[in-house]
Amino acid sequence: MGGSPILRLIAQRVAMGILLLFAVSALIFAGTQILPGDVAASILGQSATPTALANLRQELGLNDPAYVRYFRWLGGILTGDLGTALTTRQDIATTLGPRLWNTLFLAFWTAVVAIPLAILLGLLAVRYRNGPIDKAISGFALASTSLPEFFIGYLLIFFFAVKLQWFPSISTVYDGMPFLEKLQAIVLPGTALLLVVLAHMMRMTRAAILNVMQSAYVETAELKGLSQLNIIRKHAFPNAIAPIVNVVMLNLAFLVVGVVVVEVIFVYPGMGQYLVDHVAKRDVPVVQAVGLIFAAVYISLNIVADIASILANPRLRHPR
Amino acid sequence: MSGTAHHVDTPPRPKPEDLLLEIRNLKIEARVYPPGETPRDVTIVDGVSLTLARGKVLGLIGESGAGKSTIGLSAMAYGRGGVRITGGEVILNGRDILKTGKDGVRKLRGAEVCYVAQSAAAAFNPAHRLMDQVVEAAILHGSATRAEAEKRAKHLFRKLSLPNPDTIGDRYPHQVSGGQLQRVMTAMALCSEPDLIVFDEPTTALDVTTQIDVLAAIKDAIRDTGVAALYITHDLAVVAQVSDEIMVLRHGKLVEWGGTRQIIKEPRQEYTNALVSVHHIEHEEHAPTANPILSARNITAAYGGGPVKVLKNVSVDIFPGQTLAVVGESGSGKSTLARAITGLLPPEEGSVAFNGRTLSKALKDRTRDDLRELQMIYQMADVAMNPRQTVGTIIGRPLEFYFGMKGRERDKRVAELLDKIEMGKGFIDRYPAELSGGQKQRVCIARALAAKPKLIICDEVTSALDPLVAHGILELLLGLQKDENVAYLFITHDLATVKSIADSIAVMYRGEVVRYGPKSKVLSPPFDAYTDLLLSSVPEMELGWLEKAIKGRRMESAGN
Repeated sequence: MGGSPILRLIAQRVAMGILLLFAVSALIFAGTQILPGDVAASILGQSATPTALANLRQELGLNDPAYVRYFRWLGGILTGDLGTALTTRQDIATTLGPRLWNTLFLAFWTAVVAIPLAILLGLLAVRYRNGPIDKAISGFALASTSLPEFFIGYLLIFFFAVKLQWFPSISTVYDGMPFLEKLQAIVLPGTALLLVVLAHMMRMTRAAILNVMQSAYVETAELKGLSQLNIIRKHAFPNAIAPIVNVVMLNLAFLVVGVVVVEVIFVYPGMGQYLVDHVAKRDVPVVQAVGLIFAAVYISLNIVADIASILANPRLRHPR
Repeated sequence: MSGTAHHVDTPPRPKPEDLLLEIRNLKIEARVYPPGETPRDVTIVDGVSLTLARGKVLGLIGESGAGKSTIGLSAMAYGRGGVRITGGEVILNGRDILKTGKDGVRKLRGAEVCYVAQSAAAAFNPAHRLMDQVVEAAILHGSATRAEAEKRAKHLFRKLSLPNPDTIGDRYPHQVSGGQLQRVMTAMALCSEPDLIVFDEPTTALDVTTQIDVLAAIKDAIRDTGVAALYITHDLAVVAQVSDEIMVLRHGKLVEWGGTRQIIKEPRQEYTNALVSVHHIEHEEHAPTANPILSARNITAAYGGGPVKVLKNVSVDIFPGQTLAVVGESGSGKSTLARAITGLLPPEEGSVAFNGRTLSKALKDRTRDDLRELQMIYQMADVAMNPRQTVGTIIGRPLEFYFGMKGRERDKRVAELLDKIEMGKGFIDRYPAELSGGQKQRVCIARALAAKPKLIICDEVTSALDPLVAHGILELLLGLQKDENVAYLFITHDLATVKSIADSIAVMYRGEVVRYGPKSKVLSPPFDAYTDLLLSSVPEMELGWLEKAIKGRRMESAGN
């Protein structure tokens, strides 16, 4: 093995991620096989004749052994074919596309606000540690994490949609909707998500930087006469990046994967809604496809976090 | 010496125009949190006064807890951790810096006064290049533009005889050695052209062979730039090489203050006298006997099966009731040898015979008796003990584990062991946090003794202790050896310790034993180049030793 050690480490992480994704795909497939209930029966209803059921099973390929079906499914995914929804007989990829896009839209704009805000609040909390500002920030953050997201969601609807009527209570978005209207539609679900992820990121930022503030090189900076804010910005923050990126990525993943409840509350046409609808109908191919996409998002964001930690380490970036 | 105030002779006061720093009646307190008690304030520095003229070097010396670092940092109006300056004045360049407020303090730190820390490896930010850190203060305080500051830094790198002075600033802290880093830190302090530098044990963490070069570089830099310095150290021999005056401190109070020659040649206080003359224990060497208790043969070892061998074909014998001292600089493989013998790092080649039987290479394959008869004591006594267990539990554990002792029988034996280490059974219910550094190490010794071992491996057991305390530990170990006929494998980098305790010596260098034999032979000429360097690098309490030693050596040290 040659090349720079950093490239090798990154290649290792990516390879591990791909391997993990395959393992997850097998798990998802196995999991949906164990689920009770029969797809054919649920499509045709209680009154279906045994012949009709047998025919449908044949048609759907449900009689083949599990591993054959797994590789058929996997092969389809690798060529961009996520299969057909059993209940609606629609191509999953085409239905899923816009919904994935909507979920990413919501996640992206929430992240754009939440990440800088969380890091800024974390920095402020460190700068004024143990003072009233720190306590206020921590108290607010703790309160917002303690409240479940559906409760926050309904509070937001009650105040800002019903009482003040600033924003719609139902976050409908559609193709061709003007950008600003779209943004307005996602303000409330975005805020609900923001309040869930903000506290975690902010507290981790605070803890990571405070941890670095104990180091001797921070004392060196202090004895050079640097101001507190410069010490935090120049000397503490660069060494706290790895843990901060980790928690940011974890929360980004939550923004995509954990939106189910918030999307349902605000009737937002994203992946979460879609998943919940089809779980109720036992539409296994859809559940599998959505599960796999969630897993892919989760794993790739974790790889990004790993790579960022590697890149943030000067010992790896500049070997001896 | 009694605790009552005594009259202290002070050197003549500098002329007013020469006066740089004056500290008057300094009082510094800190809040401590003893386990199980309410927090209380303790006085760390009590009524210390000093004056320092421009361009002069004052050495502050004392054991840990003497308040020397705290006094040094007060010259920057800085209190580490919960330390507060509660009384007195610190007058720098004609004004009391304790009264200048936050902004005033920020303006003088890194401009008028700079700091050189003990561990440069920890004091440099790993995320930034050296040059960015070296010039930071000069640029911040507007004493130079970036280009000027970098030029100045390169000049200083050259003066401190750093390799590649024009490019070393592009490197990151982890890319240069510890000795080089310490010199870069000195350059960093000098780069703002301050009036005063506080050197806080700048060579203590270095190997003795590296220390001598760094010391010489610091001394030259101080002389050539005309900066004044407070030089803090616990090593009187070191401070004698660089200081004009020396101030001896104990328990936060001034003991004696005078010219360097007076302090080391004619100390007036009993405590100073004890410091000056501490080093020697006469130890009569024993001749090897017929059967070694432990015999390591042709040991070769590597970490993680890698191509770099940390031990190369090492063979040593240890005889019953005797001490083999293993000396060498950091990275020479001393501790790795201990790990190979204990089975923590199974050697790739070679064998270890112990008490007539061949030991399994790996720890997990060894019998309980193998484990019992071969005990270990570590450098850091605090981390080698569970802070949540009492002294009684800590010492009692091997008694239960190896001998199945319980209840009163066990307690009786614990009390005996506490007597042996000269602590007494009053300590049985204490927690490690309530003990001093020396007492902690004694408890670790008792724990090792509890197993009735044939051999104890002592890995730098006195290195973290103050000289007088270390002296007590060495005497204890020698006494126990006589009583219990236990053998020691004594790992150390300190040659004075070696002379006090060893019967035979192995000098290690880069994973090999370069010199091995009875103490008297190893320490008598003719020497090989490395042993010569090692011996000549040990600071001696003698004026002008540094220059003589540098001139006389035959081999460059690795720190260069």
